[in-house]
Amino acid sequence: MGLITPDYGLVVWMLISFGLVLFVLKKFAWIPIMQGLKSREETISKSLRQAEEARNEIKRLQTYNEELADKARAERELALKEAKTLRDKIVEEAKVNAQAEAQKIIDKSRIMILQEKENAQKELATIASKLALEITEKVLRKQFADKEKQIEYFKELLAEISTKN
Amino acid sequence: MGSTEEKRDSLSTSEEGKKEKFNTVEFIFEHIGDSYEWHIVTIGHNHIAIPLPIILYSEQKGLNIFLSSKFHHGKEPYRGFKWEHEGKYKGKIVELGSNGEVLEENPLPYNFSITKLVLSIFIASILICWIFISIGRKYKKGFDKAPTGMQNLFEPIILFIKDDIAIPSIGEKHYARFMPFLLTVFFFIWINNMMGLIPIFPGGANVTGNIAVTMVLALFTFVITTINGNKHYWKEIINAPGVPWFLKFPIPIMPVVELTGVFTKPIVLMIRLFANILAGHMVAIVFFSLIFIFGALNMWAGYGISIISVSFAFFMTLLELLVALIQAYVFTLLSAIYFGMATAEHH
Repeated sequence: MGLITPDYGLVVWMLISFGLVLFVLKKFAWIPIMQGLKSREETISKSLRQAEEARNEIKRLQTYNEELADKARAERELALKEAKTLRDKIVEEAKVNAQAEAQKIIDKSRIMILQEKENAQKELATIASKLALEITEKVLRKQFADKEKQIEYFKELLAEISTKN
Repeated sequence: MGSTEEKRDSLSTSEEGKKEKFNTVEFIFEHIGDSYEWHIVTIGHNHIAIPLPIILYSEQKGLNIFLSSKFHHGKEPYRGFKWEHEGKYKGKIVELGSNGEVLEENPLPYNFSITKLVLSIFIASILICWIFISIGRKYKKGFDKAPTGMQNLFEPIILFIKDDIAIPSIGEKHYARFMPFLLTVFFFIWINNMMGLIPIFPGGANVTGNIAVTMVLALFTFVITTINGNKHYWKEIINAPGVPWFLKFPIPIMPVVELTGVFTKPIVLMIRLFANILAGHMVAIVFFSLIFIFGALNMWAGYGISIISVSFAFFMTLLELLVALIQAYVFTLLSAIYFGMATAEHH
């Protein structure tokens, strides 16, 4: 039964061959391969991690940018609002000022008119009185051409004054 | 494995008119056994075979190295040695006495010849070394580009052995030191199995179906397991926990059983691989020999059965392709499990 009795010559050659193959492959194949695989695995996981980090960074930057944009927008709106209120205020102020000024001018004008009116009245009064005096003088001159009548009238007037007092 | 050459071989001899009865057993054993020459084809009476180196050492004649062609296929003795084809020492090389008789005492010289199987092992070894050293060189260079060619073919297998055999069986901590052996044994078995399926030279030798070969492989597993066995491993053998004391003392039943297990595990590895591959080769050869059995009865019956035989052998070969891989996987997996047992931490 040659089948189940191992041949020692074959055993020896097999030992040598397999041992040699094991040794050679361990040194020149398996160790470099295992190291290569390991370092590749590490590189891949590192790259993945880096990609993840980069993605996160981009996300962060995006949110930051968005925030920034939002902030800028809000600021712009605020500025616009402020400008608007300022404008309104200025307009309002201007309006008020203008009104006040106008009022002042009106007031001044009114005073002036009144003064002018007074002056005019005064002047008119003066003129009128002057005229009246003149007329009166003329009338009186004519009336009192006669000396007796003068004295008589004086007497009358004096009497009038004295009764009044 | 059967091949067209083999068919022609036996058909031609039967057509020679010798009317020699077809010897099925011899036919089968010739194809699954070892030989001192690598038979390729026989045309008529001319055997075409690759002569192989014979290396003999005997106390009387010393070291003798010559090619097996000197025996003329075993028909003639050379330098007082004869390649026996019959009798008690069939298939072996015997030392002859001065008058041409087989020696009474120690007729078998120390025989370290490069037989068909040894040559096949050499070829497979060189092939494996060439494949994996060239792949290894690619890894040494770094990996600025994606794997290509053979690297691409073998990398998933290497990763499979690492991630699905070694790490689950041995564990992250210890697996790395067993990887070289596991990878070597896997590819050695697989490539030798595959070469055994190729019908002509340099394939066709029944390497992994030879018990000497599987014995050496199992011996490696046994030695590595034993060397790496930690305190916990030996404690489990000598004083298995969880076993009632009366099974250990005064008659150490459990230790004996456990200790037997240490040896039966590699023996099972040896027999499983050997038997599977041998059976595969045998079945294929039997299908082919059917052709000649029927052919000896009637030529037309032989031709008729050849269709069935060839198709059966074809499917057997497909099956063997699968078996080649499965057996390599099983051997590697079981070795890994044994290493895992040897290095397991107490938990």
